[in-house]
Amino acid sequence: MTPESFLIITSLLKIVGILFIVILPMVSYAVYAERKVSAAIQDRLGPNRVGPAGLLQPIADMFKLLLKEDFTPRAANTFYYWLAPCLAVMPAIITIAVVPFGSTLFGVPMVIADVNVGILFVFAIASLGVYGIVIGGWASNSKYPFLGGIRSSAQMLSYELSLGLAVIPVFLLVGNLRLTSVVRYQIEHGWFIAPFIGDWTNPWKWLLTIPMIVSFIVFTIAIFAETNRLPFDLPEAEQELAGGYNTEYSSMKFSLYFLGEYAAMITGSAVIVTLFFGGWHLPGIPDGSHGWIFGLINIAVFFAKVAIIIFFFMWVRWTLPRFRYDQLMRLGWLFFFEIALVNIFVVAAIVPFIQ
Amino acid sequence: MAITVSRPKLNWRERLYLPAIVAGLAITFKHFKNLLLGRTKVTMQYPEQKWDGNLPDYYRGAPALVRDEDGRVRCVACQLCEFICPPRAIKIIPGEIDSTDRFAKVEKYPEAFDIDMIRCIFCGMCEEVCPEQAIFLRKDYAITGFTRADMVHHKEKLLEIGGVMHGVVLKWNKKK
Repeated sequence: MTPESFLIITSLLKIVGILFIVILPMVSYAVYAERKVSAAIQDRLGPNRVGPAGLLQPIADMFKLLLKEDFTPRAANTFYYWLAPCLAVMPAIITIAVVPFGSTLFGVPMVIADVNVGILFVFAIASLGVYGIVIGGWASNSKYPFLGGIRSSAQMLSYELSLGLAVIPVFLLVGNLRLTSVVRYQIEHGWFIAPFIGDWTNPWKWLLTIPMIVSFIVFTIAIFAETNRLPFDLPEAEQELAGGYNTEYSSMKFSLYFLGEYAAMITGSAVIVTLFFGGWHLPGIPDGSHGWIFGLINIAVFFAKVAIIIFFFMWVRWTLPRFRYDQLMRLGWLFFFEIALVNIFVVAAIVPFIQ
Repeated sequence: MAITVSRPKLNWRERLYLPAIVAGLAITFKHFKNLLLGRTKVTMQYPEQKWDGNLPDYYRGAPALVRDEDGRVRCVACQLCEFICPPRAIKIIPGEIDSTDRFAKVEKYPEAFDIDMIRCIFCGMCEEVCPEQAIFLRKDYAITGFTRADMVHHKEKLLEIGGVMHGVVLKWNKKK
């Protein structure tokens, strides 16, 4: 087998495997988990009728959505109305391509595309997600989706900035934008959320922890805003806008929006895990070159970390109320932007003492 | 007149907002944990668990016709319940009791007695107005059906729900 055909075959296997075996089931069960977590937080039981403990609920929901009438409002712009849900899903799924979800398995690196502009690719593609919402809101030709779309565009613009600035400290330390090398660096120097681990006596590492945690908080909050999760779900705003951009959507088009939202959440969590929680690394477990079983464990560790971050997303959603629009803007432009900016200089001042 | 509501003065800790978020997260996590550990009381799981045994005696469920100790349908088809029924759910067709019958002196009996359970509002006026104490509101509350026709309780169904009633006024007994 030539190296080219080997690359193509393994890449296809990875794409199919990660998309159909991991991401899509994870999305549908994230919806189930969301309902269970919200129920537990609100002292309820949640779905428990379909299958044992309601485990077949996502499948039942999917059939329900498939069988619903696929309605297009007469006033809508049909082309963009149909295009928008696809635009909402596509970026969320494509972004996962550059995230290393495992070390190696049988010598094949467990990342679909190990591009050297990793994080830039993530930001470039993830910010396309806003088009799905804006175009959907506009094409529906209805007031609530329109308001949702407008809110979404403004919100994305203001949080994109702090999102980008918040990760610069990470790349100041790593030295390049490749996400696999971010993971490599964290294996050697400790996770970015707690860089002092393994190097307990170095005071600079302890000092570095503060800006890294600030960076993590700003990044996480910006990811919340990027994925339209509460407390920043203003484009959707069930209570104010009756569902916002997806008000006019039904059937599979609606479920594509739903899928896109949860896929974006999973991708966002995967990026957080890669940047701050050491990716697939868990202290004490070697990488895939020591045997395929470790390769599988690394993948499992990565998705376990992602699941924990997703739980955090849900936990926050069912705790905090939604921000008011002016508060959201104020927070984005007057606080996170400045904090992230100052944070870069703080880290830059510390970096020379570490290397 | 416009009223200016004064905003509370927040100290720096409150303005930072993060301690409040952490406190909120702690509260919700406590609820989450308690439910997972089974310490939280949750709603009764209705179709599996029922509260039927605890319904009070005065519970107003589905109306039903009763028989007396002799097995006679108590209703004498006076149609008072049909007249009083606010949503007009009751329809009675009276019939004459044959002169050879043991209960000939009662004179009338309901040939048909239909209660439309879609219309019934469980007010209990039929029970109150009945001079014969023949109609009672029982404890059945889950009345379901696939069609409108299913939801009409005919005489047989009403008698089946009602059963036999003992120990109330039996004014026809001495005329037997």
